[in-house]
Amino acid sequence: MTVKQISVFLENRYGQLHEITSILADADVDLKALNIAETKDYGILRLLVDDVAKATDVLIGAGCVVSVNPVQVISVPNRVGGLNAVLGKIAQANIDIEYMYSTIDAKNDEAKLVFKVDQPEALEALLA
Amino acid sequence: MSNYFQPAIETMPAAQIKALQNEKFRKQMAHVWNDCPDYRRKMEAAGLTLDDIQSLDDIGKLPFTSKDDLREHYPYAMLAKPLADCVRIQSTSGTTGKRVIAYYTQHDIDIWEECCARAIAATGGTKEDVVQVSYGYGLFTGGPGLNGGSHKLGCLTLPMSSGNTDRQLQFMTDLGATIICCTPSYAAYLAESIKERGLRDQIKLKAGIFGAEAWSEEMRRDIEQSLGIKAYDIYGLTEISGPGVSFECEEQTGMHINEDHFYAEIIDPDTGEILPEGAEGELVFTCLDKEAFPVIRYRTKDICVLTRKTCSCGRTFIKMVKPRGRSDDMLIIKGVNVFPSQIEAVLLEQGYQANYQLIVDRVNNSDTLDVNVEMTPEKFTDNLGQVSEMEKKLVAALKAMLGIYAKVHLVAPKSITRSEGKAVRVIDNRKI
Repeated sequence: MTVKQISVFLENRYGQLHEITSILADADVDLKALNIAETKDYGILRLLVDDVAKATDVLIGAGCVVSVNPVQVISVPNRVGGLNAVLGKIAQANIDIEYMYSTIDAKNDEAKLVFKVDQPEALEALLA
Repeated sequence: MSNYFQPAIETMPAAQIKALQNEKFRKQMAHVWNDCPDYRRKMEAAGLTLDDIQSLDDIGKLPFTSKDDLREHYPYAMLAKPLADCVRIQSTSGTTGKRVIAYYTQHDIDIWEECCARAIAATGGTKEDVVQVSYGYGLFTGGPGLNGGSHKLGCLTLPMSSGNTDRQLQFMTDLGATIICCTPSYAAYLAESIKERGLRDQIKLKAGIFGAEAWSEEMRRDIEQSLGIKAYDIYGLTEISGPGVSFECEEQTGMHINEDHFYAEIIDPDTGEILPEGAEGELVFTCLDKEAFPVIRYRTKDICVLTRKTCSCGRTFIKMVKPRGRSDDMLIIKGVNVFPSQIEAVLLEQGYQANYQLIVDRVNNSDTLDVNVEMTPEKFTDNLGQVSEMEKKLVAALKAMLGIYAKVHLVAPKSITRSEGKAVRVIDNRKI
């Protein structure tokens, strides 16, 4: 499934991540998944949220640099080898993964895998 | 073209300008010899009498005046009129040491304001225009100078002074300001605020007059594009009068020096030798008809070139190219001359904002240069590789421009303090 992911520029300083989560909490935005890619000086916070429009609005309003991109989310059963099976198919199909992260959906006993790939349509078709 | 305030003077043939300058110079030297003991002592120390100075051909014999000379005799350095005849003072910011106080008679104020009126007229300004003056008012010459020039031209003048951006934008839109005068960094900030508030189609600006700071061609294009105006450079310094010593015409290829009041020379900054027209060197000014503060051969520390090529605007005044930077702004890092304006040019060319900060330090006896640059929404993506690639490209472009390595730090937008007057661009932590 294609969903919109919000990326936020993070400066490397104390309290920066907390500032972002405060802005979202104050706006009553629920975080569904989160991942940080970092370098020595700065990072990129990637978020899946329940209300992308509202989250984007409040973040930009607070002066954050934000970018919204599509990513693919795949649910797999929460058991040994779940991710491994999916990655095997992706490798075989020669789909290039730019980055990925995962989150556990405890209620449904599932893992949600978030992918950024070079061929999103091919990935959708592969795992449909 | 009729963008003149005083056409007879502004388009005077070069030979007549020279004759006028010589006549004023002889009178000025007599006034200085008789009424300005500070400078007379310097002349006497150099073995000169008034008879040695007959025309501008003799100017090379005269001693220079430096900022230190003016500071040394604070607060009355170079004062050449009784205080009873003076009507105003202005003062330098004193950021590089003790302040310099400049005195003005009513005549001095009049010629200064006329110079500023010429600058506004050169942008197409007439009495129909609404001129928003957003330079600081007070001791700083920016506000009072353009304010006076705007009055002389008969424009409706909005004496906004600097700061309070909401109020600036309210007056700009409500009163339909057509010309704005401020520092280029504040113009960039106003442009950003206008964009943020979605006010672009409510502003009527057609021209801006920006000075008091070094700025690059890239920054000019940026401001012109974002405000939909033509941006004109203006140059001046308190020691000589204030803004309007020289100003740009629509050709935008250098600033015409108001030669009927100020005589310009280019010298070799090391030897003091006068250089021929077209050579790069330090700009030196002599006030030809100022009464209260008649500064002679003032060394500006600005590095630039003078040219007297025919200008399409019809003005005959000699032009100075935009100074490469005041030698005061110049940093020497690892033995290399670095002007903040060079860094600004690279940032704008690479698509970053002109808001930046340079931090110079010395680690293990070696200089370091760090450049803080704000991330912009246009440049940001979710892809870390692309963001680091951009950063690497910027480092390489800076290296190509400066010849030394600068460490780039991408920081959050608006985290670098916006200036409302002169921008604080450089933090030099070196203890030398």
